[in-house]
Amino acid sequence: MTLEQILDRCRELGAEPPGAVARRWKAEHPGSRAIAAYPVWAPAEVIHAAGMLPLALLGGGTSVELTHADARFQSFVCSIAKSSLELGFQGLLQGVDGFVFSNICDVARNLASIYRRNFPDVFVEYLHLPQNSTSPAVAAYTADELRRLAAALERAFDVVVTPTALTKSLETYDELRARLRALYTFRIEEPQKLSTTELYVVLRAATLVPPEESIAWLDTLFAELVGRPGRPRDRLRVVVEGAFCEQPPLGLLEMLEEAGCYVVEDDLLLGWRWFTGAVAGPGDPFERLGAAYVDRSVPSSTRHEGRVHRAAGLIEKVRRARADAVVFMPAKFCEPALFDYVLMKQGLERAGIPHLLVEFEEKMWTFERTRNEIETFVESMLFA
Amino acid sequence: MTAPVTERRYQGRVHERSRQLMSAWMAELGRAETERRPTGALMISGNCVELLRACHVLPMFPEVTALQNAIRHKSLPLILKAEQAGYSSDNCAYVKADIGLFLDGGMGPGKPIPFPTITVCNYVGCNVYVKWFEHLADLSGSKLFMLDVPFARTAEPTAADIRYVVSQLEELIALCEEVSGRRFDIDELREILGEAARAEEGYARCKELCKARPAPFDAYFDAINMMGPINVLRGTREAAEFFDEAVAEFEGLVAQGLSPLTEERFRTVVEGPPPYPYYKNFRNLFTRWGAVAVASTYSTVGGIWEWGFRHDPRRPLESIAEQMLRENLTNRTIVARYGQIKRYVEEWDADALVIHSIKSCRLFSAGQGDMREYFTRELGVPTLLVESDLEDPRYYAEAQLRNRIDAFFEALEHKKLVAGAR
Repeated sequence: MTLEQILDRCRELGAEPPGAVARRWKAEHPGSRAIAAYPVWAPAEVIHAAGMLPLALLGGGTSVELTHADARFQSFVCSIAKSSLELGFQGLLQGVDGFVFSNICDVARNLASIYRRNFPDVFVEYLHLPQNSTSPAVAAYTADELRRLAAALERAFDVVVTPTALTKSLETYDELRARLRALYTFRIEEPQKLSTTELYVVLRAATLVPPEESIAWLDTLFAELVGRPGRPRDRLRVVVEGAFCEQPPLGLLEMLEEAGCYVVEDDLLLGWRWFTGAVAGPGDPFERLGAAYVDRSVPSSTRHEGRVHRAAGLIEKVRRARADAVVFMPAKFCEPALFDYVLMKQGLERAGIPHLLVEFEEKMWTFERTRNEIETFVESMLFA
Repeated sequence: MTAPVTERRYQGRVHERSRQLMSAWMAELGRAETERRPTGALMISGNCVELLRACHVLPMFPEVTALQNAIRHKSLPLILKAEQAGYSSDNCAYVKADIGLFLDGGMGPGKPIPFPTITVCNYVGCNVYVKWFEHLADLSGSKLFMLDVPFARTAEPTAADIRYVVSQLEELIALCEEVSGRRFDIDELREILGEAARAEEGYARCKELCKARPAPFDAYFDAINMMGPINVLRGTREAAEFFDEAVAEFEGLVAQGLSPLTEERFRTVVEGPPPYPYYKNFRNLFTRWGAVAVASTYSTVGGIWEWGFRHDPRRPLESIAEQMLRENLTNRTIVARYGQIKRYVEEWDADALVIHSIKSCRLFSAGQGDMREYFTRELGVPTLLVESDLEDPRYYAEAQLRNRIDAFFEALEHKKLVAGAR
């Protein structure tokens, strides 16, 4: 496949409801199962080691009208929670055998049990991922939590998660993450050759297919990207922060670049790029994964890190990507992002890094006001 | 035309003693700095206040400060201050009022609300707690201890959960020893837990008394007088004695057949926190209809004592861990709360469920529409859902609330008349 063909395939995949993706995969792999993970991070490795397809549940975007979920969740609740539930009510998740939620926020927690109540025949598991990053007990606790998920999958689907299979899955996902990191590094170096919209659709497609398949694409993509023509433009290099859960519309990402930005770092689909280095290795794979969660997780608004200031990870990202500024892009009503904005903003100001705040919603369809804000910000930076 | 319902002069010893005890605690907090006593900020939900007491660290509760400012109509300027500093209108107003108090110069060195020496985030369910205490530690420069309590996601807390929480409690003890300069004594903790269990027993008994017809107090609006002593002062002899007095007072009212109102016409279960900035106004909207709350979920945020759990001095740390993990509303799923409410409706013989949905607290509110679906469609319990906020007065629209509440009770009254005519 050529680079363009890969991108087209990724766009098609990303536009499909998760149910359709799961049903097709199951038809190709009779007897297998598909388990969807709500953002931000879930141990896809454990699902994969059980011989199942791990995929992402990322809300309905602009594709689904709320007809049931609005009666369940109030107006002050984020769109992704409502549209994810709506997908279930409209049968667009049929084919997905189970869901994994975690304690990223108060809404996600309530959504998990409401999902279970409304769809009692579907497997729903809730993970409590640790918020204590410094206790000597935390790695062992996390490993136990991952074992609990494995045991729940084994009971529900009559599968087995062996240490050997999990070690292999850790290796596979390490390979996938290494490629995604390489792609991100490539964009830092040559953003004119890989737009953020393109990177995003590739990333999103990687959350809908087995890792072996996306690894193959990424290798082809990478080989072609190197030789791709692209003339650097006079644009503002920015880090996008705060869009780690609800998905921004593609039009918003396109507009960012049209308005004069190179997005050189972001926290889009962060859960699928969660570790800063390799996880696999000798020893108990659950313990390795648990220890990695504690010591090798990327900075995230959904995880408390007691060892460094909340703004430190973002500032490091800005420096590493040689960015000029940060565009905070939280989803409307997203409490983790909106709270972190305050401490991060203060940290950026101390470090002398300019920033701008623009909120979004997955169903947003007009970007003119945001475009105006971005263009003004870019101009003030480039021509001041 | 039925006679209008009004309030009886129901404020008795419980109201008065609660106020005295809470004022004494606030005064103690105000003196902490000059007396060089270490303080520990703590959250209400499923808290380990007994442990701080045993470690000679004076507990302080930012939530209590926030609600007191709201009830005194002082919250809005504080919220606006925080919003000017970058907090969103969509962020929890409790946090904003607390941060606003600092920005307004009302918290910190030399102030009645001192900076905490340690900031103990008992992360029990509410994710906002994590952010709130990160911010509090950042602005006060105090040491942040993140006490991570796994959310209830299995039938019972797992051995791994208990092990994890107990080991963190042991780390917290070491930190407290460091700041207080005093050695931890497990026997002192056992004593404190004994007093805590006495208070828990008393609080549970008070709630039990609301099964009487009429209920002797409003288990939503009057419960606040007991929530201070049970959540903040738990573990002290004063709190245990307070509940002895409360039980005696309410038993007396039951014996006399007295209600807080001149007539109890409707028995409700109330879900969700109250609108503190308009506490009395909101109460009046129910008083008019003779509606008395016989049970409430908000009164269980710190702990659910009515199903029989008591702190156990024989298993001090495990018992604290179990309470944090399971025996409070906050660390349970919203659907588990449906079960709690169902029991209230059935065992306290309620006519209706009132859901007060507040914008600030997604833990309480997100998905209450589903709760309404469950109670109305599956159980046939008349359910009213109204919205405002617990801290931000801008979200309280009295005319709108009154319309909805009036319409609801009119329908309920009609239903009762029809049922009575059969």
